[in-house]
Amino acid sequence: MTESIFTIIENKKTAKNTYKMILRGTADGCAPGKFVNIKIDGFFLRRPISVCDCDGESLTLIYKTVGEGTEKMSRMSAGEKLNILAYLGNGYDLSKSGDAPLLIGGGVGVPPLYMCAKELIAAGKNVSVILGFNTAEEVFFKDEFTALGAKVFVATADGSEGKKGFVTDALKDVGKYSYFYTCGPEPMLKAVYGATETSGQFSFEERMGCGFGACVGCTCKTKYGNKRICKDGPVLVKEEIIW
Amino acid sequence: MVNTKISLSGIEIDNPVIPASGTFGFGYEMADFYDINVLGTFSFKGTTEDPRFGNPTPRIAETPCGMLNAVGLQNPGVEKVIAEELPKMEKVFSKKVMANIGGFSVKEYAETAEKLDAVDSVGWLEINISCPNVHGGGISFGTDPNAAYEVTKAVKAVTKKPVYMKLSPNVTDITEIARACEAGGADGVSLINTLMGMRIDLRRKAPIIKNKTGGLSGPAIFPIAVRMVYQVYEAVKIPIIGMGGVCSAENVIELMLAGATAVEVGAQNLIHPCACRDIINDLPAVMEKYGITSLKEIIGGAH
Repeated sequence: MTESIFTIIENKKTAKNTYKMILRGTADGCAPGKFVNIKIDGFFLRRPISVCDCDGESLTLIYKTVGEGTEKMSRMSAGEKLNILAYLGNGYDLSKSGDAPLLIGGGVGVPPLYMCAKELIAAGKNVSVILGFNTAEEVFFKDEFTALGAKVFVATADGSEGKKGFVTDALKDVGKYSYFYTCGPEPMLKAVYGATETSGQFSFEERMGCGFGACVGCTCKTKYGNKRICKDGPVLVKEEIIW
Repeated sequence: MVNTKISLSGIEIDNPVIPASGTFGFGYEMADFYDINVLGTFSFKGTTEDPRFGNPTPRIAETPCGMLNAVGLQNPGVEKVIAEELPKMEKVFSKKVMANIGGFSVKEYAETAEKLDAVDSVGWLEINISCPNVHGGGISFGTDPNAAYEVTKAVKAVTKKPVYMKLSPNVTDITEIARACEAGGADGVSLINTLMGMRIDLRRKAPIIKNKTGGLSGPAIFPIAVRMVYQVYEAVKIPIIGMGGVCSAENVIELMLAGATAVEVGAQNLIHPCACRDIINDLPAVMEKYGITSLKEIIGGAH
């Protein structure tokens, strides 16, 4: 956990309102499911964004332009610098995956699952991935997951690509899985909670003050007690979640 | 050589920079970033008699040059704080800490203060009578001079440690409350707590914060803090801990010139976790730049 300067290597649009940023900076402490907290000039609070990939030399983030801060970030170019707190949160515990883990991502919940898939496949696991989006023009990273060797299922709400419906509709096509990891909007997570038969891990989002546990701005109740999404999360296990 | 030491009610501290309650946890959360022993002290997370979950989320919203929070005094309760949090704090911080106390009745303030008075590592008590985010709690004591007087008196009766009353800026005349605390026997006052504000989400057409209102902090409120510290300095004889949007060594000096003996840093810790360490490191050079040899000598220098 350090505050340091990263340099942008690349920042380009990959889908509707969705950008991919590659940065050079520290990789110390990076792991699947962790996030970084980015200072953008002119904005007081940092923007928490999950790690998509990290290979020791470069950090990849995929983010959606949801407000003025991320809009400004999308206009930055290679060579510009960002002050980033990295790496925050607990991350996914991949040791629980079993032999055939399933990854379920919706929208900007997809990126953190990429590094998961990469590490699980490297560990010899048989990985399936469900990617859910609203429409075909929002779809990203389908080919990247396929290239890793994962079995990929796509669902779009309007049926413009893959299965028509939500990630839970695609779940019926997957077959047996040993465990799951998921990230996406809260209604999707809730649906996944109801539709899955194994245990699994959920990555949550919340408005944060600090991102490292000091302000307790993002606390939620769990069956295991109060947890700060930024520090004790963002990943919670299925058994502890209270909706 | 410049001298950054100051004395806070008889306890000398290495420098006047104090992380504010609610932005620094119980210290150990910050020890991953730097050795917090460089601080003179810090004010720990507001503690109440009973455990509190606080308000529902979202509790945080951004503002121009600042933020709103409506955490609502989340804390594990004074007994757990003493049994679990302070031992963890003591492992990373070897100096006296400032115990920040919240409450909902005069009796509760006094009982919590009495329990924390018994803790060796506690050097001062900071009594929050100004939290804007709890209904029927804190702030009603901070907006009524009689209630402020009663809380001060009740706390003073159960402790030998210096008592600083933390005041709300959400009042017509802050000097009136400060005088009431002084009359009640307070050793000092700390100000300002956050200013009540609101942001509305244009998409949802509803307040961003679930509690609707939250306390505004950050550089946006710094000039208000300077003004109120200046006014209170003229109204009371007891020392003032100044705070509100402090981000730099220059800000520390400005608040001290307004009348602060020490200065707390709040929201800035959330954005730059090493903010207080950096301000402490910057202080000597900034003092030299303005011809200041000892910080003790500049307190109230603008009057």
